[in-house]
Amino acid sequence: MKTIVAKEEIAPQTYRYVIRHPKLARKRQAGQFVILRMHEGGERVPLTIVDSDPEAGTVTLIFQAVGHSTQELAELGVGDKLLDLAGPLGKPTHIENYGTVCVIGGGYGTAPVLPIATVFKQAGNRMFGIIGARTRDLVILEKELGEICDDLRVATDDGSYGVKGFVTDVLAQLLAEGNKIDFVLAVGPTPMMRAVSVLTKEEGIPCMVSLNPLMIDGTGMCGGCRVEVDGQTKFACVDGPEFDGHLVNYHLLMKRQGAYKHEENMALSVGSHCKIGLDD
Amino acid sequence: MPEAPTRASRQSMPEQAPADRITNFNEVPLGYSTGQALTEASRCLQCKKMPCVAGCPVAVDIPGFIALVKAGDFAAAARKIKETNCLPAVCGRVCPQESQCEALCVLGKKGESVAIGRLERFVADFEREGNLAEKPTVSVPTGRRVAIVGSGPAGLTAAADLARLGHEAHIFEALHEMGGVLVYGIPEFRLPKRILKSEVEALQDLGVTLHTSTVIGKLDTIEDLMTEEGFDAVFVGTGAGLPTFMGIPGENLLGVYSANEFLTRSNLMRAYDFGRTDTPIAHGQRAMVVGGGNVAMDSARTARRLGAQKIILSYRRSREEMPARAEETHHAEEEGIEFHLLTAPVEFRGDENSRLRAALLQKMELGAPDDSGRRRPVPIEGSEYEEPIDVVVIAVGAGANPLISSTTPGLEVNRKGYIVTDEETGATRGDRRHQPPRRLRWRRHSHRLRHGNRGHGRRPEGGGGNGQVSEGGVTSPPGPR
Ligand SMILES: Cc1cc2nc3c(=O)[nH]c(=O)nc-3n(C[C@H](O)[C@H](O)[C@H](O)COP(=O)(O)OP(=O)(O)OC[C@H]3O[C@@H](n4cnc5c(N)ncnc54)[C@H](O)[C@@H]3O)c2cc1C
Ligand code: SF4
Ligand code: FES
Repeated sequence: MKTIVAKEEIAPQTYRYVIRHPKLARKRQAGQFVILRMHEGGERVPLTIVDSDPEAGTVTLIFQAVGHSTQELAELGVGDKLLDLAGPLGKPTHIENYGTVCVIGGGYGTAPVLPIATVFKQAGNRMFGIIGARTRDLVILEKELGEICDDLRVATDDGSYGVKGFVTDVLAQLLAEGNKIDFVLAVGPTPMMRAVSVLTKEEGIPCMVSLNPLMIDGTGMCGGCRVEVDGQTKFACVDGPEFDGHLVNYHLLMKRQGAYKHEENMALSVGSHCKIGLDD
Repeated sequence: MPEAPTRASRQSMPEQAPADRITNFNEVPLGYSTGQALTEASRCLQCKKMPCVAGCPVAVDIPGFIALVKAGDFAAAARKIKETNCLPAVCGRVCPQESQCEALCVLGKKGESVAIGRLERFVADFEREGNLAEKPTVSVPTGRRVAIVGSGPAGLTAAADLARLGHEAHIFEALHEMGGVLVYGIPEFRLPKRILKSEVEALQDLGVTLHTSTVIGKLDTIEDLMTEEGFDAVFVGTGAGLPTFMGIPGENLLGVYSANEFLTRSNLMRAYDFGRTDTPIAHGQRAMVVGGGNVAMDSARTARRLGAQKIILSYRRSREEMPARAEETHHAEEEGIEFHLLTAPVEFRGDENSRLRAALLQKMELGAPDDSGRRRPVPIEGSEYEEPIDVVVIAVGAGANPLISSTTPGLEVNRKGYIVTDEETGATRGDRRHQPPRRLRWRRHSHRLRHGNRGHGRRPEGGGGNGQVSEGGVTSPPGPR
């Protein structure tokens, strides 16, 4: 249990881990996440469950080594065991046959999109997909999403691959081509989700986004993950993580996500050697 | 009743001096010396009617254990307590004795009740430090399996009692450590984690199986436990793990914490040791805590140790109504926490970066008594004043977390979301599907645990409290009513 059985670097600093946890593999649903810990004194790290194999008893997680804890996670290898793995947390995605659905993934946010796209497809939707990334190297899961989507497009900020521009440019293009899109689901950096929400609101298309505020317990106990949706306070870990994109207060979300920038930088600069002697 | 003419006075507990202790997270009270314990025990009158026992939620044989202390057999005294209480080192430290056993002690009438809690702590520490604990006797296995959801005092107690009766007990805990509020809420300086750890280890010696990081309602529902996992009964002891906010403007600013978050970061995640641990916490210069219970005191004293220069405690009633243990209020004051009594924040104000910079406090006066029998605070119009602060911790109570009720179809809950149970047995109501096929005979324990409800469930800091076990089915401790 909780052992890493496969590890792959699918893009620079972006890893796919397959982890053994048979019950979790059986019970998780699209849109849900886990919280893991690597060692005593370590943070509780929330990550979306990208895929699971109930037969093999494994779940797949994809993450980018962006901060102190994810960098530590990236140092683990096949055969290593996580200290704690709690889940499945959060509400599963609400699935419906809307007609035509467009899923949008920005950066490593493309990973959580994959399981959701899979179930939307199974529900009978015609599927558009848009992957956005800074540059070609960072485009992930193109093949996997390509198998699900009837039409998959890629946008890179620097134009090194696909369309040069943002995912919203591609979405606007899809609409300009006369495609009718009934529902949009976007996961990625907060500014991207905000931009998609603004555009879909103008176009009158319902849009769900998956929010990732800072979390601790993930069970609704601390309120640290609170977000404002339609002027109401919600706990992303239990009321979400998916919310109506048109109603999210993104300004507040971005501020709260950056609450511990200073401390995070401290931890990064000190590095992991400071933990010596703590692993008991 | 015999009156000893020259009885010693109540022995005070040595503790770290305020100036020292605010610089560390070590335990504040240091415990009795052997001499003090003997002196204190000699004060007990060994009353035939045992009024103190009636005040104890788990009916510890108080005169019995105190007699053993007096006789110098501290290990036997610890065993005596453990006959009905599996957490003596914890209870000796955090139970509100002054409103339970000690409140009913005959010597209390003269203002100097026997220091029962301190003696309990002394013998429990003596046993643990000397490694003197004996393996407890367990009844013949009954072949029945019970799932216990939540590892707070309620879950730990239920598990110990069930295991002793020969049932196979499994505790399922959502967090990565066992203990509930004892591990995530109550700070190290009041309850060192190693002490809790050793009491939890004792449970394992009884044969209790522990499952951490297991969120019931998510990984398994209660129904799954009773069908797929084959448990005969489920005990729900999930506490009151839903933070209460105040619903005033500015509550989502950076620097505004629920007490649960603030204390979880500091205690469970050990954010006070950031650098050696990875979870950060805001170290305010000017902190404010809202509330007057143990949770508020713990939060204020934690903020002090995290380095805040000024700490205000805003409480909307007067000192007399403060629900915190007297000792905690006293400790907080000694540590320089400033009490702004009869005030309540009406707004939090932030800067251009959404960081908290001030609270607007409104003054209150006391009106007629409310449902709780305490005088209701009434706002004084036009009395608002701004208090510059950069961290605020909201400690005004907690509610029922809907994780279990929302995933257990047919489970009856009350208006506040607490599970409705049978007063007599503790069994839940509602859908028959959740009654197990076979019935267990736990009446005695049902009685004991039901009384346990008074023990750890002081409002408003978390209600829940200990719980109940019934003759079968899903059972739960009642929430605060
Ligand atoms: C900071 C603080 C200080 C306090 N100080 C005192 C004091 O000095 N004296 C006193 O008498 N009382 C005090 N109290 C109150 C006391 O701690 C509580 O009354 C007591 O902890 C309640 O115990 P419990 O076992 O019912 O619940 P809890 O201790 O809350 O434990 C419940 C456990 O269940 C787990 N859980 C919840 N949902 C699930 C789920 N779905 N699946 C699995 N696990 C789940 C939670 O993670 C938690 O660990 C204090 C409370 C706080 C917060
Ligand atoms: S009431 Fe007080 S004096 Fe009497 S037995 Fe209990 S502790 Fe001793
Ligand atoms: S992470 Fe604590 S309530 Fe959501």
